[in-house]
Amino acid sequence: MSELAMRVANVSYRYDSRPALDHISFELARGGFFALLGPNGAGKTTLFALLTRLLHTAEGDIEVFGVPLEKSPSRALSKMGVVFQQSTLDLDLTVAQNLAYHGALQGMNARAVRERMDTELGRFDLLDRKSDKVRTLNGGHRRRVEIARALLHQPQLLLLDEPTVGLDVETRHSLKQHVRTLCEDSNIAVLWTTHLIEEVQASDQVLILHNGTTCAKGRCAELLSQYNAADLPSLFVQLTSTSL
Amino acid sequence: MSSAAYFYCFMGILRRELNRFVQQRGRFFSSLVRPLLWLAVFAAGFRAALGIAIIPPYETYITYEVYIVPGLVGIILLFNGMQSSLSMVYDREMGSMRVLLTSPLPRAYLLVCKLLSGAIVSLFQVYAFLLVARLFEVQPPLSGYIAVLPAVVLAALMLGALGLLLSSLISQLENFAGVMNFVVFPMFFLSSALYPLWKMRESSELLYYICAYNPFTHAVELIRFALYAKLNIEALAVTAIVTAVVMMAAIVGYDPKRGLLKRKLGG
Repeated sequence: MSELAMRVANVSYRYDSRPALDHISFELARGGFFALLGPNGAGKTTLFALLTRLLHTAEGDIEVFGVPLEKSPSRALSKMGVVFQQSTLDLDLTVAQNLAYHGALQGMNARAVRERMDTELGRFDLLDRKSDKVRTLNGGHRRRVEIARALLHQPQLLLLDEPTVGLDVETRHSLKQHVRTLCEDSNIAVLWTTHLIEEVQASDQVLILHNGTTCAKGRCAELLSQYNAADLPSLFVQLTSTSL
Repeated sequence: MSSAAYFYCFMGILRRELNRFVQQRGRFFSSLVRPLLWLAVFAAGFRAALGIAIIPPYETYITYEVYIVPGLVGIILLFNGMQSSLSMVYDREMGSMRVLLTSPLPRAYLLVCKLLSGAIVSLFQVYAFLLVARLFEVQPPLSGYIAVLPAVVLAALMLGALGLLLSSLISQLENFAGVMNFVVFPMFFLSSALYPLWKMRESSELLYYICAYNPFTHAVELIRFALYAKLNIEALAVTAIVTAVVMMAAIVGYDPKRGLLKRKLGG
């Protein structure tokens, strides 16, 4: 079995004549945390749509635990849990109904869904909100429900597209901590896209995306010394302004 | 994926449609009010103006109410098909369509499950309408109520698939509302739902041919015959073929390789 949770090799993408991504490559180790950092419009959402097969990868290769996404979409998709930038919960249904729907889409039977639901909601301190309509939950809780839902079928890779958008600082921090703990305790690989620099730690693998191209890639601390930058924000400004 | 996984998936999609249906009771009643208004008001006004000759499947002179009930069942299905696609467009904007599309099960299967679930939800509305229609002396035989079930499901699939195809082609909600005006009303009025085609032929040969080629006419005729426990083979063949073709086109519309999603995501 592959040692990598995800391998992206030379992926390019264009919307008609407009290029959106240019030869993007990176590798995400099992149980690792990978931050995809870039300003709005850098191409993060397009890359995310390719990784989740909402868009077809015409150029380049994407592998999930060694399984090619384009050739075996079913096997590759079953190994990943996805949290999209926009909320994908049904507001008029309860938390449990939303999770049950997702479980069914993953081919899980009702009993397995019930058991897993309790484990995941318990992990996110949401067990008592199970029968509440999503509409009654605040933004932070909705995000947690989405992450719990993404983990329902026990994937070993979790993809999150700007999961902290629209949340206050405190909720952002606790959500980030939740996911990092998850990563360490359950050996789940996490790909986290963000435009918020403070969400990246020195030990994280990071790829800085700007105008669809890779500005820098590697362990955050190593990049800082390589570019002689004091901290990530200044490195980010240095890289994204020079390539403008 | 095992065959059990396919079954659980279908049941999950169906349960979600039913949950949403229960949540939106207003939608259920408004979907009944529309055809009932046609039946109680429009038909009452028209019954004097429009004489109906004895035409199959009817074996005797019938009232106008009896004539338009299958057409009104058709309009329930047409509105539902379009409404569920409207919810697809809305869903996709809200993102829950993405959840459906990132399931590991084949995309074609997921879309067929979604359509079939929509058709099953429509059955509740159709049977509720048919029960109320009995008060207007529209009383088909009991066997008709059973025979009409597969006819309604097939017609609902055809119209749902049409809505799905449109939703894959249209990127904005506003445009979608526009298309409804150009799809729902022409389909309804240029069909045998409100008047028999021979009557239309007396007015205009051209309109008659348009009505005769309209797939909605065939869906309505399939339901009309089934409601009297009779089979209209031509209507069945046309409805089945159109359903298959439109469904395939809709599935192609949601294939990531075809680039229709690309337009939406890329803007």
